[in-house]
Amino acid sequence: MSVTTPQPGKKANRIGLEMQPYRGGKTTLCAGCGHNAISERIIDAFFEMGVDPNQVIKLSGIGCSSKSPAYFLGGAHGFNAVHGRMPSVGTGAMLANRKMIAIGVSGDGDTGAIGIGQFVHLMRRNLPIIYIIEDNGCYGLTKGQFSPTADLGSKLKTGVINDLPPIDTCALAIELGATFVARSFSGDKKQLLSILKASLSHRGTSMIDVLSPCVTFNDHDGSTKSYAYVKDHDEPLGEVSFVPFFEDISVEYDAGTSKEVTLHDGSRLYLKKVAEDYDPTDRIAAMRLLHETSRRGEFATGVLYIEPDRDDFIELLNLVDEPLATLPVERIRPDQAALDEINESLR
Amino acid sequence: MPASDVAVQETASQAATRRVVNDFSIQVATVNGSGSQTANLVLLRSIFQMGVPVSGKNLFPSNIAGLPTWYTIRANQDGWIGRKKEIDFLVAMNAETAKEDVLTLEAGAAVVYDEPLKLKELRGDLVFYPVPFDKLVAPVCPDAKLRRLVRNMIYDGILSRLLNADMGQMEKALRKQLGKKTKAIELNLNALKAGYEFASQHLEKRDPFWLEPMDKTGGMILVEGNAAGALGCVMAGCTVVAWYPITPSSSLPEAIIGYMRKYRTDKATGKATFAIVQAEDEIAALGMVLGASWAGARAMTSTSGPGISLMSEFAGLSYYAEVPGVIFDIQRVGPSTGLPTRTAQGDITLAALNSHGDTKHVLLIPASVDECYQMAMDAFDLAERLQTLVFVMSDLDLGMNTWMSDPFPYPTRSIDRGKLLTPEVVKRMGGQFGRYLDIDGDGIPYRSIPGDGMPAYFARGSGHNARGQYSERPDDYQNNLDRLARKFETAKTLVPKPILDEQPGADIGFVAFGTSHWAVEESRDQLARENGLKTSYLRLRAYPFTPELVAFIERYPRIYVVEQNRDAQMLSLIKMDLTSAQSGRCRSVLHYNGLPIDARSITDDVLVQEGLKAPEAQHVVEFAGGAAGVGGE
Repeated sequence: MSVTTPQPGKKANRIGLEMQPYRGGKTTLCAGCGHNAISERIIDAFFEMGVDPNQVIKLSGIGCSSKSPAYFLGGAHGFNAVHGRMPSVGTGAMLANRKMIAIGVSGDGDTGAIGIGQFVHLMRRNLPIIYIIEDNGCYGLTKGQFSPTADLGSKLKTGVINDLPPIDTCALAIELGATFVARSFSGDKKQLLSILKASLSHRGTSMIDVLSPCVTFNDHDGSTKSYAYVKDHDEPLGEVSFVPFFEDISVEYDAGTSKEVTLHDGSRLYLKKVAEDYDPTDRIAAMRLLHETSRRGEFATGVLYIEPDRDDFIELLNLVDEPLATLPVERIRPDQAALDEINESLR
Repeated sequence: MPASDVAVQETASQAATRRVVNDFSIQVATVNGSGSQTANLVLLRSIFQMGVPVSGKNLFPSNIAGLPTWYTIRANQDGWIGRKKEIDFLVAMNAETAKEDVLTLEAGAAVVYDEPLKLKELRGDLVFYPVPFDKLVAPVCPDAKLRRLVRNMIYDGILSRLLNADMGQMEKALRKQLGKKTKAIELNLNALKAGYEFASQHLEKRDPFWLEPMDKTGGMILVEGNAAGALGCVMAGCTVVAWYPITPSSSLPEAIIGYMRKYRTDKATGKATFAIVQAEDEIAALGMVLGASWAGARAMTSTSGPGISLMSEFAGLSYYAEVPGVIFDIQRVGPSTGLPTRTAQGDITLAALNSHGDTKHVLLIPASVDECYQMAMDAFDLAERLQTLVFVMSDLDLGMNTWMSDPFPYPTRSIDRGKLLTPEVVKRMGGQFGRYLDIDGDGIPYRSIPGDGMPAYFARGSGHNARGQYSERPDDYQNNLDRLARKFETAKTLVPKPILDEQPGADIGFVAFGTSHWAVEESRDQLARENGLKTSYLRLRAYPFTPELVAFIERYPRIYVVEQNRDAQMLSLIKMDLTSAQSGRCRSVLHYNGLPIDARSITDDVLVQEGLKAPEAQHVVEFAGGAAGVGGE
């Protein structure tokens, strides 16, 4: 598939924009924080895909992760909501304007603890939104308490051992009907970028759990969310290759070792098979993979599950094509005849 | 003549010579889930169609089937349609409550009852009409499973005969109520006629209550406040609704769904110009509303007190990040779960000051179904004009009961989307957009909408400066808070003004709001007729209060603030705006038993406080209606 693109300058992307509107404010997170690396990949993905920042809404809850939307896509509207409630705010915003591209950034506490209820229902609705969990297994902004994604037996700096089982947000999302579920590592630039670009081509919710070590409170020996531990236990499913709809590239691939998935906008995703029988469009296989890798203490990363064709929430509600937000009064206020009919029915 | 004037010693035959025309209350006591609502609404509608002012109030349990329920219809030639304490005509269909229902009646009242209940022996000062309902229903309803539902229509036939309600009107009302259900119409019509026939042949009229046709309801409609509020939202151009089921609010969003499907579906494409989401809880409901409003939609939710408690965090975000939103609060009895199916005005301070920190919200307070309709439209306009949350403070009595009204008028003005950013405004800002800059001096900033092509901003509930940037600076924080206070002052110039009715020479001023209005108006009439007391009246319609309120308080030595809660919540809010001398003029009339406030309670309370009546030795519960000692939830 090819598209006619404007003649970009040397540093401009396919819609003629340079990097500047994709950048955000200066980060106030700790130096070396995995979240900053994720912000960089988001900037790259949106730039390379040629998404106009003016057509993007950025959403977040509360916590270190939720500060990060201020650090990317400065040209986009942002809404830093309340703790754990970003899904509902994002839902309302997308209902108001279906033309926007929504990216929400949450954390493991924001999603797994206070916001688990809204997370669950967001996954069920298949709202068109990229939902990123910047997952470090702890509450950074309140100085390092465990979050619900902390692994059993993981140790705090203070020596406290986590004695509750973790919530696997990816397994939960698949169980709840999410249509694009991925896990990545803030340190794996290539994989994360491919996943983010693919998520921009997906219709419905893209749930991306990104392991993003907290360099200040959870990067020590005994922690299962430290850089060293995640790097050692990262179990990539295989190479994730993404070919956007606007690039007319033919890819030769071996159906025996790779799986091709055509996304909603015509972009293609090539997923190298981790095992011969692994099919990322098979929910049960995805669940088995997550359970098996977690039993081995590993993190399976890559696109874990994808269902490219399901109707999203906007389709389900049968909304008009134009944004509800800007419909003119004639289309949202019934006429005199309608009111007369209603009055008559009440006589 | 009111029934309370009937002497205890009066005999039934004496009563028969007295005529009380178009001024009495009927109470029907049934079991919840027995289908009595159709019979009750047919009776109500028949009286309405006869041109007699009427109101209907459902006193129901928090239960789907099996617990006692009461329906009160008041017909009043003078148009007093608030609740009347005394029951003049009882229809006793519920074995469980019949005895207590009869024992709490005033002398001279009439009782139609299910014969096997043997109520006649209980009292000698009432008029009893025993009716063998089971015997009457069998021949008109061969299907035994339907009899439970159809037998209620028999009492409509009995009352039609006894009260002289036109059978033609009864039939018309029945057809209206049941619509196209021809089989149900036939069954119920036969039951109606069977009741009428039985009363004609076996019951001798011995009570004084009569209906006679009048001309006081011509052109009017009958509607519940929740349906009226729903219609107002539809006409306001609301595009996003998020809600969570809760009594007594649910019928409002459900009515919106009905109206939207019919009148807001795009004719050319069959697609919806609205989105309605049943959210996972009230927190998410308000979150969706704020997300939608931030992105430029007109969005609302509807709930009751427990929902408002949950929404508090988002309410503060709306206030501080200045995101519009509309919440209908159909108030019910708290605290906690309270009495979910009973009415109160108990969320006034909760709503006005909802959320932590210095937070204040705009309240609109409808007293009628017409105001539910109008204020829904006002609420959206004000929410967008002021970029803040607006509560519409209805209650169960208004929302779920049936009220007469003039037909809903077509809106005379277009919708107001408030201050939206334009290139000209950016120029006035010195070329750089500042989301919270007050360039007009009214405290209201300009906002851009995602996708509108104007400069973006970052909305946040954390500290921010006039440019919308994160800030913890003391001056930024305080300047912002002061501007928000200025904006609240501007709100005073935009909210609906109070309605004043002043009597020359009055020493007493009433202040009331919402559904208390109907009882206050009738109480003023009682005080004037029975005690020669002149009173003036200011009906509040909004918070923040407008200058008319303090001026009114200054004009009268004694102010009675009437409200349906224990803690004088509205008076507490009023006192925040008063000097101590002004506060000293204010007294409270409080009503908080879960039943709608009635005129006699206000009159008695005022007379006691005026020193014109001795206080009651003991508080008398006039009507014990309510499930007790059972597992209703």
